[in-house]
Amino acid sequence: MSEMRNYISNNKKLTQFVVLLVIFFSLCFLISPSDSNILWRFPPLIAGLPLLINDCVSYLMYEFMPIEIYDSEIEEYEERPLIKEVTRALSSTVLFCIQVIREILLGGVKTIVTFTSWDFVNENKWAYWPALPWTVVCSAAILLGYSLRGFGLATLAGLASMYISIFGQWEPAMETLSLVLIAAPASFVLGLFFGVLAYRNKSVESALAPLLNIAQTMPHFSYLVPAMVFFGVGDHAGAIATIIFATPPMIRLTILGLKKVSPEVTEAALMSGCNEFQLMFRVLIPTARRDILIGVNQVIMQCLAMAVIASFIGAKGLGFNLLLALNGLRVGQAIELGICIVLIAVVLDKLSLAWANKQVDYFADLNFMQRNKYKIFLFFLLFFWSIIAYIGTFLFEEGFNYFYLIPHNKGITTETFWQGGVDWIVDTFFFQLKAFNEFLIISVLLPMKHAYLSMPVIATFVLIMGIGYIIGGLKSAFIVGFFLIFIAFTEWWDRALITAYMATFGVIVSALIGITVGSICAQTNITSKSIILICDTFQTFPSFIYLIPVIMLFGVTDTSVLIAVIVYATIPATRYTVEGLRSVPDTLHDAGSMSGVNRLQRWLKIELPLAFPHMMLGVNQTVVFALFMVIIGAMIGTEDLGQYILKSLSDKHGIGNGLTLGFCVAFIGLAVDHLIRTWAEERKKALGL
Amino acid sequence: MAEKITKKTIDQPVIKCESVYKIFGNNAKRVFRSAGGVIDQDVFQKAGCIVGVNNATFELFEGELLVVMGLSGSGKSTLLRCISRLTETTAGKIYVEGRDLVAMNNKELIELRRNKMGMVFQSFALLPHKTVIENIAFPLQIKGNSTNESINRAMEMVDLVGLGGRENYFPRQLSGGQQQRVGIARSLAVEPDIWFLDEPFSALDPLIRKEMQDEFLRLQGVLGKTILFVTHDFDEALRLADRIAIMKDGIIEQIDTPANIVLNPATEYVRKFTQDVPREKVLKIEAIMDCNAKSLKIGKLTISKDALIETVAEAVLSQAELVRVTNEKGDTVGVIDRLRIINVLFGDKKSSG
Repeated sequence: MSEMRNYISNNKKLTQFVVLLVIFFSLCFLISPSDSNILWRFPPLIAGLPLLINDCVSYLMYEFMPIEIYDSEIEEYEERPLIKEVTRALSSTVLFCIQVIREILLGGVKTIVTFTSWDFVNENKWAYWPALPWTVVCSAAILLGYSLRGFGLATLAGLASMYISIFGQWEPAMETLSLVLIAAPASFVLGLFFGVLAYRNKSVESALAPLLNIAQTMPHFSYLVPAMVFFGVGDHAGAIATIIFATPPMIRLTILGLKKVSPEVTEAALMSGCNEFQLMFRVLIPTARRDILIGVNQVIMQCLAMAVIASFIGAKGLGFNLLLALNGLRVGQAIELGICIVLIAVVLDKLSLAWANKQVDYFADLNFMQRNKYKIFLFFLLFFWSIIAYIGTFLFEEGFNYFYLIPHNKGITTETFWQGGVDWIVDTFFFQLKAFNEFLIISVLLPMKHAYLSMPVIATFVLIMGIGYIIGGLKSAFIVGFFLIFIAFTEWWDRALITAYMATFGVIVSALIGITVGSICAQTNITSKSIILICDTFQTFPSFIYLIPVIMLFGVTDTSVLIAVIVYATIPATRYTVEGLRSVPDTLHDAGSMSGVNRLQRWLKIELPLAFPHMMLGVNQTVVFALFMVIIGAMIGTEDLGQYILKSLSDKHGIGNGLTLGFCVAFIGLAVDHLIRTWAEERKKALGL
Repeated sequence: MAEKITKKTIDQPVIKCESVYKIFGNNAKRVFRSAGGVIDQDVFQKAGCIVGVNNATFELFEGELLVVMGLSGSGKSTLLRCISRLTETTAGKIYVEGRDLVAMNNKELIELRRNKMGMVFQSFALLPHKTVIENIAFPLQIKGNSTNESINRAMEMVDLVGLGGRENYFPRQLSGGQQQRVGIARSLAVEPDIWFLDEPFSALDPLIRKEMQDEFLRLQGVLGKTILFVTHDFDEALRLADRIAIMKDGIIEQIDTPANIVLNPATEYVRKFTQDVPREKVLKIEAIMDCNAKSLKIGKLTISKDALIETVAEAVLSQAELVRVTNEKGDTVGVIDRLRIINVLFGDKKSSG
């Protein structure tokens, strides 16, 4: 008896957990599933929230603060709501910017039209802005790569842009690029601005913190809905959604970078007599240059990911074509487009990282030619390729001028090859794939889904809040309780459970794979470096891309979504495992070796306990990634929250539903995030890390 | 009238601290007021406050080199930051050349820092994106000097600290000692009257540290600034200081000349520091000479009363006769024999061991 008591007091948390599980399961059995039972499902108390949001938004858009606007067409003053005018002005500005970039890359007349008129352009055939020949853009990419890091990057950039051009995806690729080229600088400026503000003012920082948390766990689709309501459909709405989506990480990294500047540098600046402006712009920001540029890298990657998804609200480019191809199940084309997106992602990632890591050089002792050699060379190349393109007009009189622009789908195509390949795989392994698919759905997924749905809401609360209490005391219990109660009071609790079940399944499998692969690869230097490289590369792919291969193999089923989830979410699990294991100090390894541990003992007794908190942070990332992917998976037909978000995109009054559903997803993520983070921090503190 | 003012400024201390307190914590001011002058570390800790500086009062005169010595956490760097107003004091008065530092507004403070103060940091605190010359010219440019003027002046500083030829290097391309030379040059670029050094040589290897200390003494010989030097290294303090302030838990335990600190430690804590210090390294002949003896057997050797024992010990020991000790004017002020030197070199250790 006293032994028992000893055991309980020694393992207080474990005992608490066991008791919690017992209560949870008895609640599950005791509460009868009926709609009238309040313990089974909470009534949808905030079902009116979406309607309220809708009303607020439509009031803002159509009635709030009417102002007099002069309408030049009817030559009279008209009353129009302020917000609508503002959003309209913003839309047209953004659209104009995108157009300018787009026409520099692809040619066109719209920019000239903006400054003159359609009549002028129609009368003067010469008033046409010629595109940059693709060869110029390609050489610019090569030069940029070379100047930032050298031959390797130059080769990568060159091959990628040549591939895109030769395989006939130049136009959509440049359309996507133009969106990124507008959205990324805008996000950068906004992020830097808010980051600086938050760094200087504690209350701004604490006001931003929860917003940043929610923003980083909101699924991509949730950004599209408000953008569409306020800004309509098209490239500008896509760009604005992209800007909003990509700004939070920039804010975060700006704050982080500024905080990392050593206090002595700040003090040295103050002692030199800097005022606040000089301190910020001549000392802090240049010193935090690398972190801020890593932020730029993040911004670019987020922009690209979002620019692809923004095709849902009519942003042109690779994403739009990909969406069409997927909808038409033209797998070969989808793969080609996917490869292009991946190539652009990798090149942009490597270029911006190289920029961040490049250190300033001394150049005052160089002459003008040496200082500007790349610019001069580029100028020369522009001239050279323009002439070649001009000669091309005579060479290719019949067809298309391949030295100027290779039109869409007029390049070499591998579509039939991919299509054939996929057909062969599906034909050859039809039965295996089908059997696997059926096994997964019937024996694993359906029972799991059923189990989740037959949880009484009160039992879920007891379980989650109880875990919160065990991990972080009453405070944590209330925080996760708040997140859950919001979801429970909406009318989508069941949908949220389905999302949760898919995410849980994905997370468990991903974490298992990730931790196993990570642990094996972390054993040697070479393998851990290569696995990190692989993770880095895969992480740059926009999440949308992962859907392409699974649709080919498993068609439009839950299995496809889950496999995409698993592939996508395994990346952070693997990465954090390797990082955690590799960060175990050398001295501990030496101490272990001197005690005569073998490999397994080293892993179990030394590496794993020390790396476990960091690995759990990886699992945390896995959860966020999995949720994102589950939601995007709505595109190929699931029945969870994501599906409803997708539906609200095509609904005129979708903003209320879209935002509320977005919050639901974000809150699931934040609840898990809170639990894991609190646990990991406690554990790290206990280990003295 | 004009003469009167100059005389007054000479007598006036450059820096004067009157009961300076620095308490860290969110409600430091309130806790401090309610304590009513009784500073108990434990009571403060329970209230969520940490005592940084506890009732610091001292004066620093023109051309003087005061070393603030203490172990980590003793509040020495905090004291320095209070005097440069990088942190705000909780209570007390600080006067810089007679002006109330605490009452200055931001503009006045920036003016003061741009013209009167220079500071060197432990981790060098160089701007990574600027070259050596740009780093040194930085305070000048911040002041609004023209680029040409700043660069010319910075070039003089480069030569002064012996970095000629490396002016276009980036900090990342320099060794620690070289980086600190840049830090020193930067802090001196605006020709400040007051020079703060916060553990400037602590991050350096022992050999480089010694070299930098020599360099520092050379510079001080040329420039004659008023200096507040913070260190945790007692040997360094003895080597450099005109006066040493020893701090513990925010309190200045003793503030005195190196010789007096070694000979008459005020507290047990100070005594612990001084007990292993070789006396001959801090004591001057003056402290052990015999002023009264009018012996006939005075030898030919003459030494100054201000010489450190260490530097003349060998010469004195080689003499059979008494050695004459003179002041700066050359008058005989006393004599010294071998026995007294031997006592200093070996005597104390015997008695203590």
